[in-house]
Amino acid sequence: MSKQSQHWEKTRGLLFVTLAIWFVFSIGIFFFGTEMQASSFKPFGYPLSYYMTCQGSLLSFVILIFWFAGRQEKIDEEFGYTEREDS
Amino acid sequence: MIKGKFIDNLPKVYGIYTGGFIAFIIIMAILEQAGVSAKAIGISFVIFTVAIYAVIGWLSRTLQMDAYYVAGRQVPTVFNGMATAADWMSGASFVAMAGGIYFKGYGYMALLVGWTGGYVLVASLLAPYLRKFGCYTVPDFVGTRYGGNAARLSAVLVLTVASFTYVTAQINATGTIASVALDIPFKLAVYVGLASILLCSMLGGMRAVTWTQVAQYIVLIIAYLLPVFWISSKMGAGFFPHLMLGDEVARIAELEGQFGFVKNSAADLATVPKGLAGITKAHSSVNGTTWGFISLTICMMAGTASLPHVMMRYFTTPSVKSARRSVAWSLLFIFILYSTAPMLATLSKLSLIDPTLSTGIIGKSIADVQALDWYQNWNQANLMFVSDFNGNGTLELNEFFMGGKAVVLATPEIAGLPYVISGLVAAGGMAAAMSTADGLVLAIANALSHDLYYKIIDPKAEAAKRLIVARVLLVLIGFAGATIAAMGIQGILGSVIWAFDFAMSGLFFPLVLGVWWKRANGPGAVAGMLLGLGSGMAYLIWVRNGGSGFWGITQLTFGIVGSLVSLVSMVVVTLMTEAPDAKTQAMVDEVRIPSGKTVLGKQH
Repeated sequence: MSKQSQHWEKTRGLLFVTLAIWFVFSIGIFFFGTEMQASSFKPFGYPLSYYMTCQGSLLSFVILIFWFAGRQEKIDEEFGYTEREDS
Repeated sequence: MIKGKFIDNLPKVYGIYTGGFIAFIIIMAILEQAGVSAKAIGISFVIFTVAIYAVIGWLSRTLQMDAYYVAGRQVPTVFNGMATAADWMSGASFVAMAGGIYFKGYGYMALLVGWTGGYVLVASLLAPYLRKFGCYTVPDFVGTRYGGNAARLSAVLVLTVASFTYVTAQINATGTIASVALDIPFKLAVYVGLASILLCSMLGGMRAVTWTQVAQYIVLIIAYLLPVFWISSKMGAGFFPHLMLGDEVARIAELEGQFGFVKNSAADLATVPKGLAGITKAHSSVNGTTWGFISLTICMMAGTASLPHVMMRYFTTPSVKSARRSVAWSLLFIFILYSTAPMLATLSKLSLIDPTLSTGIIGKSIADVQALDWYQNWNQANLMFVSDFNGNGTLELNEFFMGGKAVVLATPEIAGLPYVISGLVAAGGMAAAMSTADGLVLAIANALSHDLYYKIIDPKAEAAKRLIVARVLLVLIGFAGATIAAMGIQGILGSVIWAFDFAMSGLFFPLVLGVWWKRANGPGAVAGMLLGLGSGMAYLIWVRNGGSGFWGITQLTFGIVGSLVSLVSMVVVTLMTEAPDAKTQAMVDEVRIPSGKTVLGKQH
């Protein structure tokens, strides 16, 4: 397998992991809105369903993208596809 | 004071700017104490900030093609994040969002999740690849990847429909704020707003818009956060509202149980001015259907990843790597405001409905409430209304009505903050609406000038002529938007949500598959764009005219229909026609690697 298709395979793998995490926090957990509301786990005293909609999910997306960017840079580096600083 | 290139001095320049803005707020506060009228302060805030943006716009004027279209591709990661955040957060986010949360609670928060979750799609599926492509506009990518004028033209069509729907809402928002702050009629204020928008973008294109957007982000974030932190401390709710309002949220739920949600009769509701709403839904508990929440979230996420004015911000970074990181920074800057909106809604609601607080009005006599200064002001502005439906002389929860915008605009005044804060909030709202309108008008004008005029009508046009055409189109589109905004057909928030659905219907799959599916070809993409947009629009018209709809899809989520049709037709037509030629396939391979030259040349 060529270097390029290996790189793309790893990139695609990272995409699937990223989208899986994204799915959980954007769609998955909201199938359980009422269960989350009834949960006794209350971050900072907010009902869990309320907390996820106004901070929890949002924050997880921020962290997820920073993590994704870092991972992708590592993959690019591994295959020597990192851009030169001046380009 | 500042030596060397502008780009190298950005932190210093914007540091001084922020300091200057804070000094301006303090001077205004002192003037207020000295007895300057509230109106004069409101006017100074709006004029001062707009004048600064205009100066930045003037300083960024350019005659170079890649400066005009993509800010010379040298906007640093973090600053591009700030500019994107301002580009993204519109009048709807700033003025209408907290109000929506206030009245609709959980069901509305789908928008918060959707408008942030979409950035994961932007970062992982599109932005870095489109940056590597090196296009000037989104149709530029579609036209080159799929080949042929039909694909390019279809993309221009979808972009124009979505962005134009969006921009009328933003010009409407600038007009609303300008009319309140400057005390001029709305129909005139719309054109004042338009003039300010054009001042920022006309001479310098993307370069000017970038640097004004960074300035606008700083104004809008200070204007949004300061009152919330202030009110929270003043009420004794905690100095850091985001982490400390658990008790307040619980208290609202308790009060809701105590008052109950009394349903008003249709005859009573008919006396309430149009556009105002009462509190009829629980603040924090799950109050909608699961599918209602999830379908709206999906539409907003896919729409985010297809809106051209956001995507084109990532064409301005120096590298693919920084485009990717820049998405993360954008979302962080957006998160700061979005996580504050529910806190503002909570504080605002509690301060009005809790009878034990001095600001509470529920349970007071109607005559007392009607005598309040702020009530009279906002009642006059048609944003607040009380009426004694049951005739007991006391204000009940179901007898109080407010416009969604009032939650952000009026809360500082209600909570007893000095007027300088209200002036600041008006400036922030203006910044938010202007920055988004700028980005949108530019996206449309660039697509028409670059893709329609240069690439299709007159490929031999010289640089100077192209830039003149771009500017003339900018002014024309602005005027068209303002004229429609002045008619006030659809509310701010409704139009914004429609824009997302349009963008998602026509562009989401053609863009994503352009990078991720090498086999995707021109005929498939054209079918996907046109049938997607067409079916989405048809569904909207059907539901608007009393159609029953299916699968619980409403006029706010018609993008689901559009994008499914788009996906299916794109795949079917692609498989029925020939695979793209070797050159196109090689181009896709090239796009997938960050290093090396961009696919399109520097000047094209």
